[in-house]
Amino acid sequence: METLEVNLEEQFQTRIDADVRIEPKDWMPDAYRKTLIRQISQHAHSELVGMLPEGNWITRAPSLKRKAILLAKVQDEAGHGLYLYSAAETLGATRDQMLADLHSGKAKYSSIFNYPTLSWADMGTIGWLVDGAAILNQVPLCRTSYGPYARAMVRVCKEESFHQRQGFEIMQTLCEGAPEQKQMAQDALNRWWWPTLMMFGPKDADSPNTEQSMKWRIKRFTNDELRQKFVDMMVPQAEFLGLTVPDPELKWNEAKQGYDFGDVNWQEFWDVVKGNGPCNHERLQARVDAWEDGAWVREAALAHAEKRKQRAGTAAA
Amino acid sequence: MYASTDSISLPDVTPELRQQLFSYVLQLADTSLILAHRISEWCGHGPVLEQDLAMANISLDLLGEARSYYQYAAELEGQGRTEDDLAYLRPAVEYRNPLLVEQPNGDFAHTILRQFLYDCFHYHLLVQLQAGPDRHLAAIAEKSVKEAAYHIKWSSEWVIRLGDGTDESRRRLEKAIGSLWRYRGELTTPTTTEQTLQAAGFVPDYAAIQQQIDAHVARVFEEATLPVPQGVFMQKGGKDGRHSEHLGYLLAELQYMQRAYPGMKW
Ligand SMILES: [Fe+2]
Ligand SMILES: [Fe+2]
Ligand SMILES: [Fe+2]
Repeated sequence: METLEVNLEEQFQTRIDADVRIEPKDWMPDAYRKTLIRQISQHAHSELVGMLPEGNWITRAPSLKRKAILLAKVQDEAGHGLYLYSAAETLGATRDQMLADLHSGKAKYSSIFNYPTLSWADMGTIGWLVDGAAILNQVPLCRTSYGPYARAMVRVCKEESFHQRQGFEIMQTLCEGAPEQKQMAQDALNRWWWPTLMMFGPKDADSPNTEQSMKWRIKRFTNDELRQKFVDMMVPQAEFLGLTVPDPELKWNEAKQGYDFGDVNWQEFWDVVKGNGPCNHERLQARVDAWEDGAWVREAALAHAEKRKQRAGTAAA
Repeated sequence: MYASTDSISLPDVTPELRQQLFSYVLQLADTSLILAHRISEWCGHGPVLEQDLAMANISLDLLGEARSYYQYAAELEGQGRTEDDLAYLRPAVEYRNPLLVEQPNGDFAHTILRQFLYDCFHYHLLVQLQAGPDRHLAAIAEKSVKEAAYHIKWSSEWVIRLGDGTDESRRRLEKAIGSLWRYRGELTTPTTTEQTLQAAGFVPDYAAIQQQIDAHVARVFEEATLPVPQGVFMQKGGKDGRHSEHLGYLLAELQYMQRAYPGMKW
């Protein structure tokens, strides 16, 4: 028994090393399954909770075109949530259980959504920076070892890059507009820059699971590597917009062909992770309220489907 | 002058009629926008993720339709106003949407019933408008009627589910009927503008549409095991700019950016 398990595990790792996709019916180590369920459901929850900060501006979007683009974007995020919950279900998780874990606070979602959206420029900044960071995190996952997850990520990534371009375009319009508009854009960048850097997670030294996840190819770059890529990608874009990145230590390093940058406020990072960010309470409460207020609707749909089934049964008999 | 009914080009229309047509297209635009706005308030708060998606979808359809009408209205007016000027810079008294669509969301049953009552009218109106003499309007209707066919299916199915679901869902739907039924009549009660355009053949006869609506409502309510309310006094006024107290708040939110930062590009 013992040796059989060891062999399966070795074969599994050999397949991963050869970049062969793992599919739902294949044997997989328990820890791989559990880690993936945690990672995918956390991502699904992020899409779901992520609808709230941007949803906050749909009714106040400044033009009909912007309103349509924003609503379509938030709708896309709901769609991402659906694909991801479905991917997690292929591993044996149920959506009800995943949502129960979100609502109880047991499951996490991306901390970035625990910050408030205070001006229209936040819609630009979120698309530009937050979707930008999501892309860096997620593009490598299109080649992740678990088939359904990789396929979901291909669809998601296409839409995320669209969101990023739209966000950048909002910023560009603001930066080319009146002084108040440019000021609005700068203020948004000041508030979102550091929280976005936190999206890549703790420093490698404080990220004990990274090594195993990389071995399983459900993570393909370390947190610090991705953070560096992000800074290197975004600083020139900020310069193009004429905005100032709020980091006095930011400096081009010719030798490493990348930017040196200041340290994230890790105390704030852990505060938000532990539930003490500015909007943790509101975001979770909004999700719990929607779920509880919707209970009677879901019950009615089930009850009606049941009645139909019975009637069909009676008719057939 | 209107000999070839399927190809009236608008330069041939008298200035008076053009003005009436402008008012009517604006009424259609306001109606779609206000309902789109209301449904979009659900975004992220729906009872289940699939319905969040469905509602965002309906809201997007209506918003797209509203934009087509506003753009056309701006063209009819010919004063250089844009879709955004029309949507963001008119006060509530100039808005021409019927009272039904500005009513707050309430609970899911309330939102469903408001949608259902509107969809019944909207769908049957668009079917007629796509065959109308104004080809620009007909083209918008032709595109929108496909979306409206999905909307009426969606809301009808929910009326049936909620009516013939649990005691609670039925009680909530009945409560919604009690609040919203009285706004149904305005949809098919023509204003003087609509009467003028009906006489000129631009707007379909509402009595015929009313029959189709009633037949659909009767079928859906029967499946939902609900009685169709009779003898309800009908409120009206929205289409003439006399709104409920809700519209002012809705517009304060909708128009906030354009009012706070006048004349800027976004
Ligand atoms: Fe997404
Ligand atoms: Fe995402
Ligand atoms: Fe996105």
